[in-house]
Amino acid sequence: MAAPVSERDQLAYISNQAADARVNLEFESEGMTLNMGPQHPATHGTLRILAKLDGERVISCEPMPGYMHRGYEKLCEVRTYPQVTTLVNRIDWLGSFANEVPWILAAEKLMGIEAPPRAQHIRTILFELSRIGNIALFLGDLGIQLGGITVGFYAFRDREHVLNQVEAVTGGRFHPNFDRIGGLKDDLPKGWIAETKAAMVKVQKFCDQVEDLLIGNEIFQARTRGIGIIPPHVAESYGLSGANARGSGIDWDLRRDNCPPGLVYDKCDWTVWTHPDGDSFSRSWIRLQETREAAKIVDQLLDTIPSGAIMAKVPRIIKVPEGEAYVATENPLGEMGYYLVSKGDLNPFRVKIRSASFNNISIVPWLCKGVYVPDVISILASLYFILGDIDR
Amino acid sequence: MSVSPFGVLGSAPVLAGLDPPYWAATLIKVGVVAVLVPTTALILGIVFLFKVMSWMQSRLGPQEAGPKGLLQLLADGAKFIQKQDIIPDAADRFVFKVAPMVVLISTFLLYVIIPAGPSVVVESLDTGVFFALAMSSVSVIGILMAGWGSANKFALMSGIRAAGQLIAYELPMVLAVVGVVIQAGTMNLNGIIAAQADFKLFGVVPFPLFLLTQFPMFLVFLAAAQAELTQPPFDMPVAESELVGGYQVEYSGFRFLFFFMGEFATAFAFAALASVLFLGGWSLPFVASNSDLYTSTAFWLIGPAVLFTKIMLVSFLIFWFRFTYPRFREDQLQKVCWKYLIPTCLVWVSFTAIAKVVW
Repeated sequence: MAAPVSERDQLAYISNQAADARVNLEFESEGMTLNMGPQHPATHGTLRILAKLDGERVISCEPMPGYMHRGYEKLCEVRTYPQVTTLVNRIDWLGSFANEVPWILAAEKLMGIEAPPRAQHIRTILFELSRIGNIALFLGDLGIQLGGITVGFYAFRDREHVLNQVEAVTGGRFHPNFDRIGGLKDDLPKGWIAETKAAMVKVQKFCDQVEDLLIGNEIFQARTRGIGIIPPHVAESYGLSGANARGSGIDWDLRRDNCPPGLVYDKCDWTVWTHPDGDSFSRSWIRLQETREAAKIVDQLLDTIPSGAIMAKVPRIIKVPEGEAYVATENPLGEMGYYLVSKGDLNPFRVKIRSASFNNISIVPWLCKGVYVPDVISILASLYFILGDIDR
Repeated sequence: MSVSPFGVLGSAPVLAGLDPPYWAATLIKVGVVAVLVPTTALILGIVFLFKVMSWMQSRLGPQEAGPKGLLQLLADGAKFIQKQDIIPDAADRFVFKVAPMVVLISTFLLYVIIPAGPSVVVESLDTGVFFALAMSSVSVIGILMAGWGSANKFALMSGIRAAGQLIAYELPMVLAVVGVVIQAGTMNLNGIIAAQADFKLFGVVPFPLFLLTQFPMFLVFLAAAQAELTQPPFDMPVAESELVGGYQVEYSGFRFLFFFMGEFATAFAFAALASVLFLGGWSLPFVASNSDLYTSTAFWLIGPAVLFTKIMLVSFLIFWFRFTYPRFREDQLQKVCWKYLIPTCLVWVSFTAIAKVVW
């Protein structure tokens, strides 16, 4: 017959159990919350990424934009139409001129104005130059993020050639503010065409260099191939555009498929590249090819610039007639569009900016589930976002 | 008949009459190492980090401080010393403070056994290579301490990555050295150099370097050294674009300077080890070890100069890889180590052993 359990023993038993429970609670692996950003170098800007980790593996990952919100949509409503280009320049600050174009085209569409052919040509050339300037830095940044910093310096060196050409025309290296409703601010300076042709040769050389040094590198391929795969239907449902969509095998380019009037892409011979893999490597490779194509487009357009006026006849005080318009172009980062509502005033009534990076970054929580921490970096670098383009 | 300097290891012919007492000799040796470590770190930093790197990346590099910016690193060092020594509130203060010293001590101890001439060596140990490899692993403890003591998640991850990486890469490094040791028949670094000076391939062809017979091991040694230095392509523990500098993230002022100095001085020490083990150290090619040249007074200058040239060549390789390659991922790094480097070593070690017995 067992001895009756004393109260003291009972208490000891209970407290032992409680202590065990505490120890279990302490040793249970809960994972670690890692706060990347807003000042993390991989987010090249002020994106904050909240990652829950289990060792080196990412359980969940949430991008938190908003640290750089500047309220451009609201600010546009208190600016006149020509003043808005100064604002929207700063959305994707690496390819500033490209931000102005869809805005101007939307206003032109509502007003029923079309720029003269010479202005359209030069506009397209500048558009492509800003694309090269933007993506060249992407290629360099890709190297920096993955540890090969030399490519980064090469990118800064060769981007300079393009920026110099943009500066020679517009006077601004980063914020040209050059596009006008009905044309362009000025004509080309003397000798610019030959100089730009020489710059395009340098850009092609830079692309070859990047291919040798980075894209073709075995370590780079090991880091990016099969990492961050986006199937085409997922890319479509998240609204990815630009190289991110084409990297998933979606053959869609607004320059070719739905080019708004005012840009002359139909007059030159170029290729829209797609890659079936959908991984980080394919997105990077697409962008490299796109830089080459852009240089090719510029080279062809430089030969065929028509003569004529640079501005159409536009009233001195611009009032856009009542109506709504949505114009989107293929910007360096993807589809960028302005939905413009006018009540016939000096100022737009409402502007909605559809910028590419905001949609492109929305796939990060889906994409970064279960990858390693270093893969988060390569995925973010290959998705390629500009903070200004996310937060506006 | 001239006497081989290797017969009287450790006793300097020129200073033979000079026999300072033990305490004075120790003080002199400590002084020499204490001067050498920062000087070599400075040389590598200026030549490779500033000049060669900016040349490879087609930019100017520092230009202002001193002639052609050569004093930039001195200016940086002076700046670091003036900076506030910040210790995070949550840090494990003692561990945090001591960690950079531990890293630097492992570097200091590496310098002790590197010979710059037949008798220009702080301590000529019969277990030279073994001592070097053992001391180089001490730095892991320092890095782990820094990672843990910083009380920072990035630093912690970095410390754990570093521990995994450095311990994994000890093995290929040791195996790479084993081939040389088998071929030389000694672990004493001066003995290895003498063996190289006298080495004849197949017993006939004079063949002054172990580089060509041990070429795969040389590559493995360089890769492992790169990993031990946590330099790209093996720089996951530092990885400034992921871990924001890793275990160094909370350090400032002279403690950061210690890490910096440790990194470059260790790079120099590893380059010195590689040139001793594979490139014949201070010996000149095709000059046998019993030559009178090695015992002459002039060789007190020639020896270090020859070694220095070889070290600079090897460091150029190390830094060239560093500036060119992207970094591996942690698991890929382990895969490279266990699947490629170690099997290569094992094959080559057995090959060397067979060749040693046959010839």
